[in-house]
Amino acid sequence: MKILKNFFFSIFIFLILINNSWSRSPSEFISSLSSEASNILSSKLTKDEKISRLKEIGEQSVDIEGVGFYTLGKYRKMLSDSQKKQYMELFKDYFLKSFSGRLVGYTDAKIAVLSEEIKNEKYTIVYSKLIGTSERPEVKIDWRVYTKDPENPLIRDLIIEGLSLARTQKEEFNSIIANNDGKIEALFENLNKFIEN
Amino acid sequence: MNRIITTLLTILIIQLLVVNKTLSDEGEVKDCFEKLNRATFALNMGLDKIIFKPISKGYRKLPSPIRTGTGNALNNLSNLITIPNNILQGDFGSAANNSARLLINTTLGIAGIFDPANSFGFEKRDKEDFGQSLGVMGVGEGCYLVLPVLGPTTIRDTVGSLVAMNGGDVWHNITVRDDEEYVREFKESDYWASRITSGIDFRAKNLEAFDAMEKNSVDLYATVRSLYLQDRKKKISNSSGKTETMDDGDWDTLENQ
Repeated sequence: MKILKNFFFSIFIFLILINNSWSRSPSEFISSLSSEASNILSSKLTKDEKISRLKEIGEQSVDIEGVGFYTLGKYRKMLSDSQKKQYMELFKDYFLKSFSGRLVGYTDAKIAVLSEEIKNEKYTIVYSKLIGTSERPEVKIDWRVYTKDPENPLIRDLIIEGLSLARTQKEEFNSIIANNDGKIEALFENLNKFIEN
Repeated sequence: MNRIITTLLTILIIQLLVVNKTLSDEGEVKDCFEKLNRATFALNMGLDKIIFKPISKGYRKLPSPIRTGTGNALNNLSNLITIPNNILQGDFGSAANNSARLLINTTLGIAGIFDPANSFGFEKRDKEDFGQSLGVMGVGEGCYLVLPVLGPTTIRDTVGSLVAMNGGDVWHNITVRDDEEYVREFKESDYWASRITSGIDFRAKNLEAFDAMEKNSVDLYATVRSLYLQDRKKKISNSSGKTETMDDGDWDTLENQ
């Protein structure tokens, strides 16, 4: 009888484990990610500690390489392999600093996931809202989740009230390169300055 | 009334002249006057730092009901531009809804300070302007511009503003143009007070967002330009959900390499 009980218990644990690894939908991914970030932001950690924790979250949940190359736009094809390597190193530092810097100012950030739309096997859009407070209105936030590896979904874009952050960043980077005769080094210099400040 | 008819006719003529010359090089930013725009942007940032930001911070310290009431009254006033544009865009449902809101909130809501119309089932809808109507009619945005004090715009949106200031905006007509055919009580100063308060209300609602953007941008001018142009496209498509930023095409170029 005891053997039978242990057998069913093992099956139960096995099913839970399978369930956790296979059925992590993009909505659940965003929901758990935003609640983790919200806990950090409302905690009593120092600003530097919060930034460090937010950077960890960003590194685990955002497709930094994908966003980095997307952000280069038409200049992506013009880079040599060594420039690509240098760019990715700079972009990662830039992105994590910018990502954590934008978020750390919010102490009361609660996000409610509303629904999701599977666009194709690579992308799902998760619709959510940042709950309003007396100081700021409710904000619509949509997440472009890259689901090529369904067990490891990654964020590729945040669309805030219809405005894409990835696209904004792409136009920002492209503007720097275009205003410096198409030289990627100008972008590297700007990113370096940002990282060091 | 004649002015409104003239305005509507002008818009129709513009539509006929430029309707199909739309959105060439979609996706490319048409910043034809970038050097001048960047200089004006720097001027505006300076003005913001010494005038608008401090005032907005002070405004934020006012009790919440006062700020909400001010925001409501300004929203109510904006219906005077939104309603004719609802009609121009063929959205008669929104025109009726906004007319009911204007009537109820101006009277029962005491000059729009309160929003009883919402309780009667007339929910707040998006604002519309003549620039958006031109966009809906198919007029391309043209070059991006930065105007002193007023900030980012495009050629199309500037034409829209000129239409508003030349008869299309009833509030402008009864204050600045002193159109006594409608109401006698208002003065030119009321118009400018409402415009300035509207700007401060907007700035105060976005203090933290602007600070974060300023601190985390490597080219703030390009960031503001991108956000403005994306926002206008979203408003013209009248889409509360899906926008072109949801389009996979842009991302697919990444996949295919």
